[in-house]
Amino acid sequence: MSDLLIELFSEEIPARMQAAARESLKKLVTDGLVEAGLTYEGAGAFSTPRRLVLTVQGLTPESRPVREERKGPRTDAPQAALEGFLRSTGLTLDQLEKRADKKAEVFFAVIEKPGRKAAEIVAEVLERSIRNFPWAKSMRWGSGNLRWVRPLHSILCLLGDEGGAEVVPMSIDGIEAGNTTAGHRFMAPARFAVTSFDDYAAKLRRAFVMLDSAEREAHIWNDAQNQAFARGLEVVPDAGLLAEVAGLVEWPVVLMGAIGAEFLHLPPEVLQTSMREHQKFFSVRNPKSGRIEGFVTVANRETADQGATILKGNLKVLSARLSDARFFWENDLRVAKAGMTDWAEGLKAVTFHNKLGSQADRIARIAALAREIAPLVGADPDQAERAAKLAKLDLRSAMVGEFPELQGTMGRYYALEAGETDAIANAARDHYSPLGPSDAVPTEPVSVAVALADKIDTLTGFWAIEEKPTGSKDPFALRRAALGVIRLVLGNGVRCNIGQIIQSGLVSNEIARRFVEALERPNVLARPVSVEAFGAELQLDLTALGEKRQDLLAFFHDRLKVFLRDQGIRHDVIDACLAMPGNDDLTLLVKRAEALQAFLGSDDGTNLLQGFKRANNILTQAEQKDGVEYSFGADPKFAETDEERALFAALDAGDAAIKPAMAREDFAAAMAAMAQLRAPIDAFFTAVQINTDNAIVRRNRLNLLHRIRALVAQVADLTRVEG
Amino acid sequence: MTAVTTPRSFQEIILRLMNYWGERGCAVLQPYDMEVGAGTFHPATTLRSLGNKPWAAAYVQPSRRPTDGRYGENPNRLQHYYQYQVLIKPSPPDLQDLYLGSLQAIGIDTSLHDIRFVEDDWESPTLGAWGLGWEVWCDGMEVSQFTYFQQVGGHDCRPVSGELTYGLERLAMYVLGIDHVMDMPFNDPASPIPLKYGDIFRQTEEEYSRHNFDGADTEKLFRNFAEAEAECERLLAFDPQDPSSGKRIIMAHPAYDQCIKASHLFNLLDARGVISVTERQAYIGRVRALAKKCADAFVQTEAGASVEAVS
Repeated sequence: MSDLLIELFSEEIPARMQAAARESLKKLVTDGLVEAGLTYEGAGAFSTPRRLVLTVQGLTPESRPVREERKGPRTDAPQAALEGFLRSTGLTLDQLEKRADKKAEVFFAVIEKPGRKAAEIVAEVLERSIRNFPWAKSMRWGSGNLRWVRPLHSILCLLGDEGGAEVVPMSIDGIEAGNTTAGHRFMAPARFAVTSFDDYAAKLRRAFVMLDSAEREAHIWNDAQNQAFARGLEVVPDAGLLAEVAGLVEWPVVLMGAIGAEFLHLPPEVLQTSMREHQKFFSVRNPKSGRIEGFVTVANRETADQGATILKGNLKVLSARLSDARFFWENDLRVAKAGMTDWAEGLKAVTFHNKLGSQADRIARIAALAREIAPLVGADPDQAERAAKLAKLDLRSAMVGEFPELQGTMGRYYALEAGETDAIANAARDHYSPLGPSDAVPTEPVSVAVALADKIDTLTGFWAIEEKPTGSKDPFALRRAALGVIRLVLGNGVRCNIGQIIQSGLVSNEIARRFVEALERPNVLARPVSVEAFGAELQLDLTALGEKRQDLLAFFHDRLKVFLRDQGIRHDVIDACLAMPGNDDLTLLVKRAEALQAFLGSDDGTNLLQGFKRANNILTQAEQKDGVEYSFGADPKFAETDEERALFAALDAGDAAIKPAMAREDFAAAMAAMAQLRAPIDAFFTAVQINTDNAIVRRNRLNLLHRIRALVAQVADLTRVEG
Repeated sequence: MTAVTTPRSFQEIILRLMNYWGERGCAVLQPYDMEVGAGTFHPATTLRSLGNKPWAAAYVQPSRRPTDGRYGENPNRLQHYYQYQVLIKPSPPDLQDLYLGSLQAIGIDTSLHDIRFVEDDWESPTLGAWGLGWEVWCDGMEVSQFTYFQQVGGHDCRPVSGELTYGLERLAMYVLGIDHVMDMPFNDPASPIPLKYGDIFRQTEEEYSRHNFDGADTEKLFRNFAEAEAECERLLAFDPQDPSSGKRIIMAHPAYDQCIKASHLFNLLDARGVISVTERQAYIGRVRALAKKCADAFVQTEAGASVEAVS
């Protein structure tokens, strides 16, 4: 058994690409080896900024020989067929065998592929892997044609066992594989030879290279925490930054510094974002005050002055950056304290979408919608409207211009500075939520109203201009917006007719769309002056809007299905509930679906479903055959058996229980009442023959079955449930 | 490595870079005599990165970014500043080491500082150019841009040029330990007449800031843009055969001058705030179209051709 060591040594690989590159190298090479007939016991991949490394253990020294037999043309076949066969097998005529095959004599080719040495296979596989490496972006350099993420300088490729290791002979565009590598760029730049993976890793460490990114991450994190702890502080966790920083250094040296007192009054999010985005610093927090007071930077080397020069330089850059941030903050505060009117004015000039007008227009629509939604979520309409008008003004602030990811966060600070209430300020911060599936759902009523209005305006806007998601394309993140609405509604138990809100959104967006169109009229005098006046005069085709409304509602239902399926609710259960009236009340819909799922999971539920389906099938067939609907009402006086009479009684009792339960939206109670029918229905079908010769009795029994259908239909459309 | 001494002035840093790259075989050129937004616009970079003739040049390029004017008040921002630019074609295999040597030469002791190559892909929408490389960090500060050109003016770069761009003011402020650019010694502080950066540029920063934001006549700028665009295309439409000299002469450089003009005029219009977001893209596209045509013309000339080596 042999061990293989490969190192591809290059100029600095972007940190964000290293993890995927490790995996690609492992997969490409090991797949290639296996495909060529080798086996191996284990493999591991590593990366630093300058190297991609693969180690494969327990590799077979050569591939298994392969013997392949191929049947060719008959010996009396035309010459052309024979020639074709020779070409495809690469053999000559005298190498073919003649064999009897059924009635004729046929040529056979026996191709023996001897086992190949692992080194030969490795050389081929490695070259192919390098040439076909799936870099997100690759480049050429110098006069060569090879592509790599950055210039590739050397290849180390060793195959060895207990007896020693040998370089796998291979070269690619002038780079010869060898057994040497180099240490840290500055601390140990000399090249050295290695004999095995263990030798390689050990020598690298002596040359100030920590090969394993996981080890570098752990080292950085532990050291940072220890240094912070020693000063009574704590490092703010940031897994993404940690992975990135570990991809920027071969020899991590953690340095901690303090933020200048003149910057400590900046909001913590600003300090954190500025330090992370511009300088890849971790934030260090005082656990008592919650303030960000320090930073951690990770250098790539040790120095004679223990990093003093490096830290000083970093501090200087930080001060310049934070001076900018403070300048933005102070300028923004001036505008905020004056009521943010400059920003509101400025948003008139910012296009939201060229078919839907400006951000200011959009904000006006959201404000109207938030007002409409407010009573449904327990918010004060005036507050909701005001919050919606202010929530996006921070988009014009200098800080959000510099750090777009602080949108909302800054909005909250500025709203408070403008003297708004907490509820309104929090809505500025929270109205974009929930963004991802793991993002928390806002719960404060004003925030909920604005968050819903924001998303529904987005959805209805893009529906109005026919920019719906198609297939995998969803450039405006409309699926996410719809899921956001669903989570807001369900998470807060909001009871509303979503279709009606959609209708309002569609109307205002349709007006916006036509207004923008009308602004392009060739006759300047015919162009509208304000969207309000334009909207008031516009006669909208409500039928066309109705179609869009249904379409968007169906889109919501699709997203809801996906959402509920993830919650473990069966798709047929959802369908059974979607078919019921009131399906644009999403909270009610889900409540019904949850109850039905629980009911169908019980024995009573399963059996009732069988009984219902039997009743429904017989009834449906009879109705088709007779061309009537048996909804005349069954009469107990035609009942002939006790079982029949018992079913009458059970249905009466069921009706009496289900109607009030449904009125209370107590689906569990309604279904429990339904479950009471199970035994009478079973007994009925055992004892009673529906299709008797007596036409009156038969009709009466069919009408009785109809009562079962009608009763069940009050709760859910069980015809859509499978099983 | 020879002992590192710390330079005493802005100009000493420039002189050391000139010496360093001159000693390593670069032709030390002079700035291009037109207003450009960055050293890349110098034809010694844009045009000379095309074709397969070897090239090595280094130069200072005064650069103008009208929107960055701060009336001389911001410690780091200027509407007129200097870039130091190196272009070597084909990119040598030891370009990173050469670059690090240049940092040593200007007094950055790499045994005390933390130098990092951080991913930064370069793209110039106006030049139709892109490349891969890094921004180079020294103790967390970006001190240079390091790029392997892949495409310029829509043409694949074969061979690839390596481009280094040093932001001179920022780099010098760091090396000299200066906090406000205007306080930086331009010549040696021990000179009979010591001059600071501010003695030379504070007033011009004020004047140009006012000019760029409020003074420049936008109607004239719009007109000049259209004229430069038309002139560029007119020059490129000439028959290569020149009747006066009897030679084949394509006016790639004069046409490219017009492209540079158009680009700067666009920057001024942008600073005046008279170009909307949607128009912006259209203007950038127009400059790019000119750059592309100039590149197309240049590769037809002797200096820009890709001549197959006779083997």
